[in-house]
Order: sequence, then C-alpha cells, then structure tokens
Amino acid sequence: MYLDHNAGGRIRTEVAAAITEWLQAPTANPSSLHAAGRRARDAMEAARDEVAALLRAEPAEIVFTGSGSEANGLAILGTLGAGQRAVSTPIEHASVLRNLAVASEGGAQVEWLDPDPKGNISATAAVDRARGARLLSMGWANGEIGTIQPVPVVASGIAELPAAERPLLHSDAVQAAGLEEIDVGAVAVDLLSLSGHKLGAPAGVGALFVRRGVELTAQLHGGSQERERRAGTENLLGIIGFGVAAKLAGQGREARKAKVTELRNRLWEGLSARVSGIRRIGDSAGLAGTLAISFAGLRGDALIVALDSVGVAASTGSACAAGAPEPSPVLLALGHDENSARSVVRFSIGSDLDSAAIDHAIDAIVAVVARAREGDI
Amino acid sequence: MTPETLRARIVSVLGSEQIFTDLLARKAIGTRIVSAMSGGVDSSVATAVLRAAGFDVLGVSMRLGTSAPRASGHSGCCSLDDFDDARRVSARLEVPHYIVDLRNLFEKKVIVPFVETYLAGCTPNPCTLCNRDVKFDAFWEYARTAGADAVATGHYCRIVSGETGLELHTGRDADKDQSYFLFTLQKAELARTLFPIGDLEKGAVRELARALELPVADKPESQDICFVAGRSYADVVEERAGRERIRRGALVDGSGHRVGEHSGVHHFTIGQRKGLPGGASEKQYVTAIDGASGEVRLGPAADLQRSSLVVEDVSWTEDLHDGPAQVRLRHRQKLLPCRLHSRGETVEVELLEEARSVSPGQAAVWYAGSRVLGGGWISAL
Repeated sequence: MYLDHNAGGRIRTEVAAAITEWLQAPTANPSSLHAAGRRARDAMEAARDEVAALLRAEPAEIVFTGSGSEANGLAILGTLGAGQRAVSTPIEHASVLRNLAVASEGGAQVEWLDPDPKGNISATAAVDRARGARLLSMGWANGEIGTIQPVPVVASGIAELPAAERPLLHSDAVQAAGLEEIDVGAVAVDLLSLSGHKLGAPAGVGALFVRRGVELTAQLHGGSQERERRAGTENLLGIIGFGVAAKLAGQGREARKAKVTELRNRLWEGLSARVSGIRRIGDSAGLAGTLAISFAGLRGDALIVALDSVGVAASTGSACAAGAPEPSPVLLALGHDENSARSVVRFSIGSDLDSAAIDHAIDAIVAVVARAREGDI
Repeated sequence: MTPETLRARIVSVLGSEQIFTDLLARKAIGTRIVSAMSGGVDSSVATAVLRAAGFDVLGVSMRLGTSAPRASGHSGCCSLDDFDDARRVSARLEVPHYIVDLRNLFEKKVIVPFVETYLAGCTPNPCTLCNRDVKFDAFWEYARTAGADAVATGHYCRIVSGETGLELHTGRDADKDQSYFLFTLQKAELARTLFPIGDLEKGAVRELARALELPVADKPESQDICFVAGRSYADVVEERAGRERIRRGALVDGSGHRVGEHSGVHHFTIGQRKGLPGGASEKQYVTAIDGASGEVRLGPAADLQRSSLVVEDVSWTEDLHDGPAQVRLRHRQKLLPCRLHSRGETVEVELLEEARSVSPGQAAVWYAGSRVLGGGWISAL
C-alpha cells in the first residue's frame, strides 16, 4: 500500500506512453533549426500549453525547471536582491526556507509570519507585514500537515495596496496542484511553483509560472532557453511527460479530490477508532489525501521501518538529511518539542488507491503500533 | 546474495558451521534483528552472518555526529561516505537499510559528559556511555518500534549461555576485545543482543568480507573516538567548552612547590609524561589532577602505584558483589587480580598486584577469566 503520494506518485500510464513514443522517435535538441529540432520544439511547446492551461496562464509565462525546488529557488533568488525585504512562513518547504536563507546571506532581510498550532497563517497579518516588501512567499498547501493557506485572500489584499507598496506574491503550489483549483487569472499571484512528479510525470521536471511583466534574474546561465530565464538544454522527455500529466491533473480534479478526501477520512476514522494515543496534526479541512498523525511515545521514523516491512509505504514528511529523518522543522515551528515532532507519521493518498487498500493499511498500522507498544505500561 | 550463498561462502572460509550453531542456540531471541551498521568491516560482516543464519535482518546506521564527507578530513564514523558504504553492503546482502538520527541524544549523553569530565580533571570513557545510553538503550527502543526482537552489533564480545543464564564474555580475539566498554550490559540487555562476530579473529572477519565481496573489505580501521577523529581531545574540549571554562593552573611537584604553569587540566591524564617540564632528577609523571583548583601534581613513577581504588555508579552483570575477581582499569590493559568489597553504592577494589596510573573517570571492569562480572566508574576519591 503506497501511502506516500506527497513524496511522488506513480508515473501515469498515459505519461509513460507519451514518453515511450518519443523515446522511439529520432530525438533532437529543441533549439536546433532542422526538422527534428523543430519537432522537438513543437512537442515542448505543446507541453507548455498544457501546463499553462492547468493554471489558466499564458504559455509564455511558464518556465520549465529541473524540479519544484529549483522553481522555488528561481522565484526567490531571481526576484530578491540585497537590501530588499521578504516575508514568508516558517512552515514552507525546505527549498523555500533555504533559498530565503541564501538571499539573507546575500543582504536581503527576511521576516516570518507565525502560524497557529494547526499551521494556518492569517491573511490579514500576511498582507500587513508584506506591505512595502519586495516578496511574499507563501505555500498554497503544506505537504507535511496538509494545511491550506488563504493565498487567494492574500492576493486580493495585496492588490488593494497602493502600487508602490505591493510585494510580489510567490506561492509554492507543488502539493496543491491537481487537487486545489489554481487559477492565476482569478488569483493575482506573480510567481507559482509546480513539480512534474507530484502530478504523475517522472521526477526531474518542474515549472515556475512568472506573470508577464515580472522581472526575473536567471540563476542558470549560458544559454538562451526559456526566454533566457533558465539556461540548459531542456529535459524534453520529462517536459513531454509533464504536459500529459498537467492535462490529466486538470481533468476530473473535483472527482479526484472527493475520492482522496474520502479515502483519507476513512483512514483517519479507522485508525482513531482502533489506536489509542494518536492525534491528528494540521487542519482537518486541509489538503485532500494528506493525513499527519502523532503516535504518542513512539518514533515515527521507526514506525515507518516497521510499516515498510509489511508493505505500507509512509513517511515522516520531513526532509531526510543524510538519509536520516530529522525532527520536522514544520512541526517544531508549530510548537512541538523534539519528541513530539519525531512521533509524527504522514500518510498521503493518491487517487489510484481504493477503500480496500485503505482497510488493509489500517490493519497493518494497528498491528505495527500494537507491537511497538507491547510491554509499555 | 541469498542466505544460502552467503552461508556456503562463510563456511568455506571458516571451515565449520560453528558460527551458525552458536547463533541457532540463541534462536529463542526471535526472528527479526536490527543490525547496527557503521559502514565498517566488522558490522558489515556481522550483518552478513545474521542474514546467512536465516534471520530477518534490517541494517540501520546511526547518525550521531556531523555528517561531513570523508574528504573534509573527518575520519570517524557517521560520514556520508560511511552511510554510503553501509547502504552498498546492505544492497549486496539484500537487506533493507535505514539511518536513524540520534544526534541530539549523542550530544547530551556522550559528548557533553566527555567535555565535562575533562574539565573536572578526569579522563572520560565516551564509548561506554554511548553503548549504555545510545546503542543499547535509545537505538534498541528504535529497533523495537521498528518491529525487531533483538539488536546486533559488530562488537568483539561473546554472549554465552552459562550457569547463571546468559553471560557476557571477552571477544575471542584478545587484541580486539571490546568487553571493557560493555560492562553496563545486564541480563535483560544480553537477552535481546547478538554479537555475531565475537567468536572470530579480526583476520577472519576481513577474510570473510573479501570472500563475500563486501565493498568495505579493505576499509581501514577507525582508530579514534568517533567524534574526535583526526583532532586532539584538547581541541574538542576547547571548542565545546569555550575559552572561559578552561581550567588553567599550576604544575606542582610532590611537595607542592610550583614548578610551572599549564594551559588547562584537560591536557592531562594520570600517568602522562608527555608535555611536562624537564629538569627533575627522576622521570616525572602526572600523579594527580585537581579540577577545582586547576592544580596538576607531578611525581616519580613510584607515586603512581595504587593498591586500592573506589568505584561508583556500579552495574552488575553477574550477582557477585564481593570476593576475588580480576579487574581491568583501562581498555586493553591486562587483567589484575583483586578482591571486591561492596560498600552500598560503591565498591572498594583491593588490588592484589599494585596498579599504575589509575585514572578517575575511567571504568573499572571486573572479570572472572573471560566472563564480565560488572563494573563502574573510578572515583576521584
């Protein structure tokens, strides 16, 4: 039972088929002028159209990158200079936090918004604090605890500020895409990050939406690809897969969201009825399919090992430094101490699962926790 | 490699099935074993032996310190390269491999006491603390939660079934024996622990690693305390404690006359000769260190002789608290005949042969031949 969808799900069948077809075709560099190059270029632009359509953006506003992390880095380091001020939250993905730290080392000033214990950020506080800043970076949904931020409300608030005091608004939507509606025509974000492999494309491709008119400094140099915003020969096969995955992500989004919400609720209800000493972390109205649970007195990383050996894939949700899960900075920022932060396991569900799989997972988790608590009085 | 292939190759090197017979004698321990893997040759071979014996083995590496790549000059364990080595060995053995982060605990239970012991004028024993509080406590808890029945390590020690139940014995290879660092283990811990290579000589372990084509077969030994690796103990103490906590003071001779100055008590251990001022008629040694005043006393070799010592924070592997025994006062030291006198919380060790250089902060470990009876910490009294 694969319950680690937020870390990356399976490659969709249609994606694999599209990539396989291209693997068998004569490949070429999309920048080449000959017929093979033009075909590659056309395929890449068709994929760009699909990714743009998912966000209701213009194709020219999509910059392909090597990952969601790279897209976050490009959004931050490409807009934030020395002496400028940025506002963000302490529960962002490591790639946002780390790139803000790099900007800070380079002379930018970074301020933090406080989340409530469930990870919710106040939209009013965000707009007030970001007034006059260069950049506000706020993730659309948190991949560890599933909390969804009020990005549309923040965007409206920013739009009402005097032009001279409006910050750029960046949102890391890697986890939200495909489940939440993201319409950059309706929500005035300036920059928005996506990752291909969270949508069923292979890992190794991401995208940054850059609203027309926003000035962005390239972070990779030495080629005029991506309108001089990201040098390097494009990952054509990944991009083709990303295009197909984006198209599929846009289709049936509501039905998929309803399905994984139901499966997530089934998992929580099944566990909370049968396992004592567990607590749900994050907002119950959070991202569909995401369920973070604290198992009092147990180490989440050890439970994951036990679950792995009975065929249930889950994660601690936090970054693995040197291959070892560390106490999650997100949970520490929400006020958990180290032991509490270490007690959390994140289950995340993709739409390829069904209720029978969830029931099997519940049985396995119940057994593993009972075994781990054996002998504890 | 399948367990059958591993087993055949191991038997062809060792020339017998004995290692498996011994493990089979412990089969009541259960089926799932977490093997602690440092990325070195000993724990790699230990893991291979367990897998060959048919256990359901998980390899787990502990992240205890900073994980810099080996290229940075760091040569202890826990480097990213060591984790890669453990992962490669696990892949070869078809054993799942994981890494557990125990850095905060290691800092609190091992590194901080190491620094504080030196600052107090004593000589610390971090490997014993790590075994007691990290490997056989927190790591065991992790393994238990992960579904394990027992843990295994690559220590050169043996657990033998004897008259009093499971007994802890020295490793077969006297040069590599690590029982001194494991005296805190009691029967309950022995019952959930395996030392798969304790009956092997180091040479055989290397030979097995080569025969099994483990990628660490020719990896050099780690020589030092893992978190010190390549630096001096004094540097580690100074870096951790900060300049203002360093206890400087006077060097005095046997009659208390000042003969010099020193830059901190953490530079000294009882019996040390290196780094002392010359000029005295007889060879001079450190004979006493006063952590409170900072005074380091020097004297001739005769002043180092001790006929008894007091041991505190005592732990018993065997229920044998009084009477004749043998004692080891530092790692690899030969066993000295002694008599134990339990006095409540402490034990007075009467040495039947005089010992030299008894260092407060080190462990005193009692044996009856190869069997560990217990031990404790040499008091400054």
